[in-house]
Amino acid sequence: MDVMPKWADVILIPLISILLAAILSALVILAIGENPWAALKLMVSGALGSTYGWGYTLYYATNFIFTGLAVSIAFHARMFNIGGEGQAVLGGLGVALACLFIPWPHWTLALLGATLMAALFGAAWAAIPAFLQAKRGSHIVITTIMFNFIAAALLNYLLIGALKVPGSMEPATAKFPEATHLPSFQDMFNWGDTTFFRGAPANITFFVGLAACLALWALIWKTRLGYEIRSFGHSESAAKYAGISPTKIIMVAMLISGALAGMMAINNVQGEAERLVLNAVEGAGFIGIAVALMGRSHPFGVLLAALLFGFLYQGGAELALWTSIPRELIIVIQALVILFTGALDNMVRMPLERLFLSMRRART
Amino acid sequence: MDFATLLQMLDATMRLATPLLLACLAGLYSERAGIFDIGLEGKMLAAAFLSAAIAAVSGSVWLGLLAGIGASMVLSLIHGLASITFRGNQLISGVAINFLAAGLTVVVAQSWFRQGGRTPQLSGDARFNPIELPFAEALREVPILGPIYYELISGHTILVYVALLMVPLTWWILYRTRFGLRLRAVGENPAAVDTAGVSVIWLRFAAVGICGLLCGIAGSYLATALQAGFVKDMTAGRGYIALAALIFAKWRPWYALYACLLFGFLQAMSLRSDVIERMIGFQVNGQFLDVLPFILTVVILAGFVGKAIPPRAGGEPYVKER
Repeated sequence: MDVMPKWADVILIPLISILLAAILSALVILAIGENPWAALKLMVSGALGSTYGWGYTLYYATNFIFTGLAVSIAFHARMFNIGGEGQAVLGGLGVALACLFIPWPHWTLALLGATLMAALFGAAWAAIPAFLQAKRGSHIVITTIMFNFIAAALLNYLLIGALKVPGSMEPATAKFPEATHLPSFQDMFNWGDTTFFRGAPANITFFVGLAACLALWALIWKTRLGYEIRSFGHSESAAKYAGISPTKIIMVAMLISGALAGMMAINNVQGEAERLVLNAVEGAGFIGIAVALMGRSHPFGVLLAALLFGFLYQGGAELALWTSIPRELIIVIQALVILFTGALDNMVRMPLERLFLSMRRART
Repeated sequence: MDFATLLQMLDATMRLATPLLLACLAGLYSERAGIFDIGLEGKMLAAAFLSAAIAAVSGSVWLGLLAGIGASMVLSLIHGLASITFRGNQLISGVAINFLAAGLTVVVAQSWFRQGGRTPQLSGDARFNPIELPFAEALREVPILGPIYYELISGHTILVYVALLMVPLTWWILYRTRFGLRLRAVGENPAAVDTAGVSVIWLRFAAVGICGLLCGIAGSYLATALQAGFVKDMTAGRGYIALAALIFAKWRPWYALYACLLFGFLQAMSLRSDVIERMIGFQVNGQFLDVLPFILTVVILAGFVGKAIPPRAGGEPYVKER
């Protein structure tokens, strides 16, 4: 029997964890001589106070939806995919190849093709660590970390070599053809005189992200495969006994995970930059870890957490612009969220469980 | 490649292998006790920053070293708290520590020094300077051995020698002392150690503490000996390379030395790509040399060159039976 009601597990514990992370972040801001309240106000007005701010917030959130879902599906199979960063890098490569070398007639087809390529490349980059985990028992965390570095070096190598624009000094590919341009929010929500989302990078990929949330939810809770993944995650030996092949689950879960991480690239590479540059992922693969932990690996939770981190990212950029607080503050907040919602989960959980237990005893 | 260039390369190998070796041995203590630690990178980074900051302000590199070790130990304590006391996920805790260090170092550096997230340049007593071993100058003219002694063995900072001495010391502690036996046991079968009446919690905290100490020295070395000051993200993946070396060495101290020297040599090569080009006739991509440690480790993990078996209880929080 569970000690705590479900709402406490799903809502109360994450809320307390976030509160702790927020308090510590405020203390950090205080310690470097700035006003936390003013900082928060600036972040809110910068990220949510205009459609421009929203455009950035939703753009960042889209990245984090994909990487968060990627980490989540691996968590369901009790694996820790820390390689979202590398998989997203490879996804970007897939998108770039699709956009540069295939003459797409229309953006819808380009989106479809680029999505497929991104997913394929991301999944391929996850396949080797997954195979090593399934067949050799080498720890997926270690191998995916190494593959992050290898991916970064590979991209670097390609961008100063084969994919570079001849004659250019900049390590980047050529600009993608006009036909691959994805409609941005500015293109889509433009009725009448006022222009909404002017200059903001949010684009149609956000809706692809929402669809991915829905699809993953259906996969995890409404299909046989999802059931197998979850049972494997709960108990490997029980799953084995029930005739579920560990190799298959590890491979499938990691391939989906890699594909999702790779699909992030349609947002940042095709949607925003419209060419492939160095360090296009900007750590979004790692933020996926915080997002998945905070969202309790549930697609809806991931969506909310991704929106929160989108807000933090855009708000943090505004802080760096208007105050002396550097952008790296966001990394501190991200670390605290991972620490409290992930590693120190029991610190919040144990006293709460005791509290609920004593409340129940008092009732009976 | 002539003799002098070779000596230069090996000399650079020594200097670059030192932080790897210290971090690798740090990971060795922790992982042998059953606590996975992917936070080596973060601890080194925190130590690098605080050591450089304190050395810059106080002018004393030894105070800097102490502060660096302190910073690393605090992060170790957080890791211990999360993974031993609260039985959390050790890997997630390690990730959090890496980000905490990556963010805090820049935020604090900016707030203290206002130099875009770096510390002021260190010089004089605020740095570890090379020490010349006895007779190095006198023996320099001796053929072959003289230059080897002068260039390669002498003329490093004290921390290089400390790192090298840590290898036999670690071997001795792990395999010749009671503490070492218990440490290894607690990483393989903590229940057995508990049954024998030895505290699992205490042993693991001790291991994590030693890990923090060594990471602290490694980070301080980066900022106050290898380079003169802290810059953003200056560890540049060294914590992960150390982790790779640890797997490469299959969690054994002497092999850790060899692995770190190999990886240090690769780093030295990527800095001197001109030498490689002259030697083998074509250009080797520096990127490739930089990631070669990771590729080699993946090959090892794939089991092509013997199997790397981690300590059995690694990553599992210990729950006392009731």
